[in-house]
Amino acid sequence: MTRRRAQKKLAVWKFASCDGCQLSLLDCEDELLHLAGRIQFAHFMEASSALLRGPYDLSIVEGSITTPRDVERILEVRRRSKFLVTVGACATAGGIQALRNFADVKEFISIVYARPEYIETLTQSTGIANHVHVDYELRGCPVNKRQLLEVIVAFLVGRRPNIPAESVCVECKERRTTCIAVAQGVPCMGPVTQAGCGAICPAYGRGCYGCFGPKEKANVDALVADWRLNKSVSEDQARRLLHTFNAWAEPFRSAGCSPGVGPIRKDLCD
Amino acid sequence: MSSVSDLVGRCFRVSSDVLGLLIRTLRDDGYIAIGPRKVGESIQLEVLDSAEDLPRGWGDQQDAGTYRLVRRSDAAYFGFNLGADSWKKWLDPNRKLLWRAKREGESWEVEQAHTQVRRMAFIGVRACELAAIKIQLRVREVSRLQSNSTDTNSSALSAEVSVEAPEEPFLVGLNCSQAAATCFCASVHTGPAFASGCDLVLTEVLNDDDHYFLIQILTKRGARISSQFELQTSIADDLAHIDRQVAQVSDSQSRQLNISNPVDFFSRRLEHSHWDDVAARCLSCANCTLVCPTCFCSTVEDTSDVQNAVAERWSRWDSCFNLDFSFIHGGSLRSSTRSRYRQWLTHKLGTWHEQFGSSGCVGCGRCIAWCPVGIDLTAEVKYLSQATR
Ligand code: SF4
Ligand code: SF4
Ligand code: SF4
Ligand code: SF4
Repeated sequence: MTRRRAQKKLAVWKFASCDGCQLSLLDCEDELLHLAGRIQFAHFMEASSALLRGPYDLSIVEGSITTPRDVERILEVRRRSKFLVTVGACATAGGIQALRNFADVKEFISIVYARPEYIETLTQSTGIANHVHVDYELRGCPVNKRQLLEVIVAFLVGRRPNIPAESVCVECKERRTTCIAVAQGVPCMGPVTQAGCGAICPAYGRGCYGCFGPKEKANVDALVADWRLNKSVSEDQARRLLHTFNAWAEPFRSAGCSPGVGPIRKDLCD
Repeated sequence: MSSVSDLVGRCFRVSSDVLGLLIRTLRDDGYIAIGPRKVGESIQLEVLDSAEDLPRGWGDQQDAGTYRLVRRSDAAYFGFNLGADSWKKWLDPNRKLLWRAKREGESWEVEQAHTQVRRMAFIGVRACELAAIKIQLRVREVSRLQSNSTDTNSSALSAEVSVEAPEEPFLVGLNCSQAAATCFCASVHTGPAFASGCDLVLTEVLNDDDHYFLIQILTKRGARISSQFELQTSIADDLAHIDRQVAQVSDSQSRQLNISNPVDFFSRRLEHSHWDDVAARCLSCANCTLVCPTCFCSTVEDTSDVQNAVAERWSRWDSCFNLDFSFIHGGSLRSSTRSRYRQWLTHKLGTWHEQFGSSGCVGCGRCIAWCPVGIDLTAEVKYLSQATR
């Protein structure tokens, strides 16, 4: 018996962000056409100005919370969403704009804006999960298009999305990239970063800079110890490597604040 | 000329340009020739079209957490040691499609994946790697027997995949002319000497006024391929030369791994404080297992397409260092890095004996060189040997 299921309503929301993750969704041109038959884009301002009212079955949230208005709006989005997925480094960890969290925002405002009194902002940029319950987090700056589709498709058929929690190194091996940390002495964050991008950066000779955020059990101290001891990375360089798009995500956050030499090889101490 | 089979068991000299002819002959015979090739900043195992593809004149320097390609002062064809690649990349590829299901109206049509049967010839297999290939074959055999005895009621969705066994690869062994600082095959008795198991074994001889290979012909098909070469009778000293070279490579190895009663060794040390020490340095990045020529674990991934019309099941390499690896209902059994490293080492060096009748380590040293933070299992075992706690 064929039973035509009601189309699911999807909404895309934007907070403090560059729109790159939403663009990844738009970039799925062909797939979107197929998806459009199974899902209704009820609220996707970047794609269409036709906005349908909630509630929404699936809300995709991009961007971080940086203003008092954002705080109210995310509560409203959560209320109207059955399933809420955050996409990208901003929504999951506060993004590059969370660098403000390490400094004095008032000082920035007074330097940058001609009329600081018009600016209403929070002292910190934080991820969505700091404010409301999040059902699933998708990493990356920007997210990987294939992973984004996987999350949506898995949601539609009601299965767990296939998003491995392993390191970027696993993807380097899968695409047969020679490890640039070992073969060229490049400081690379791949071993402490969650996979998902397909290990793009090392494939082009650049160390991973952790845009997919910390992997589970990320042992950043041990990695930094190796950089400092064997790859002549200074304390300042280590901080700059750790404090980028996921600066506010632990353990990048605290390791970047004190990039010491951590647990060094026992044979070097003896 | 005497018959081809008369060549079996003999050793000849061949000129250094035999490699091109070897590759061509194997290709003419329907083999895909695979061997060392410089790809970017390392030597990988790739398809060879001609001897030009070999990394002639290249060497490497390796140590814990480091590998560097270096130009040699001579024109040796095999003046380097192992790279991150091992032959498992060809024998057990990282990603394999197991089956695909297509929606046909109301039902699903399941089609089995066609395993492409390839005739492969591996050129430049070192002694430790031959040992690793044998271990992988043994693992597969044991797993097959186990799954036959337990999986009596295989459903369409799990086991009906016809995996056609590829013809055993044609193996051209190579006696190492030097050891890397990470090598310890001598201490685990997998090398550097070859016992048997290859079709041909090459030894490169390079000195001030001469450059040639010694070729030992060990099988009939090896003899058939070699009958195309200009074989020069070897002199008495040639076999002695091989022995001397092997002994020299063996003596130059400084790393060692000796555990007299491995199963017992580890079972007495499951709570040793040194596991915490390793865990403080280990990144649980999985590089060690991915480069290890005997690590064989895989996971299964299901995919479905955007139209919900095609579903696929893939197998891909997995690692005991990944959290998802030990996931059962309710969570992962090995969430700490300590438990993951301990699992790896105790299995590789200990319980592997009980399961597969040998150690899982052939002493190739890859996990030492390619660990981004240079964790060295030979050193860790030494620390574990000190005071049991
Ligand atoms: S290049 Fe970086 S990400 Fe790739 S294997 Fe090496 S350390 Fe890991
Ligand atoms: S390699 Fe690292 S920095 Fe580069 S895209 Fe992937 S996760 Fe981001
Ligand atoms: S031992 Fe080294 S290569 Fe293996 S998981 Fe730990 S850090 Fe990674
Ligand atoms: S455990 Fe390490 S040294 Fe032993 S076979 Fe595996 S990669 Fe080689």
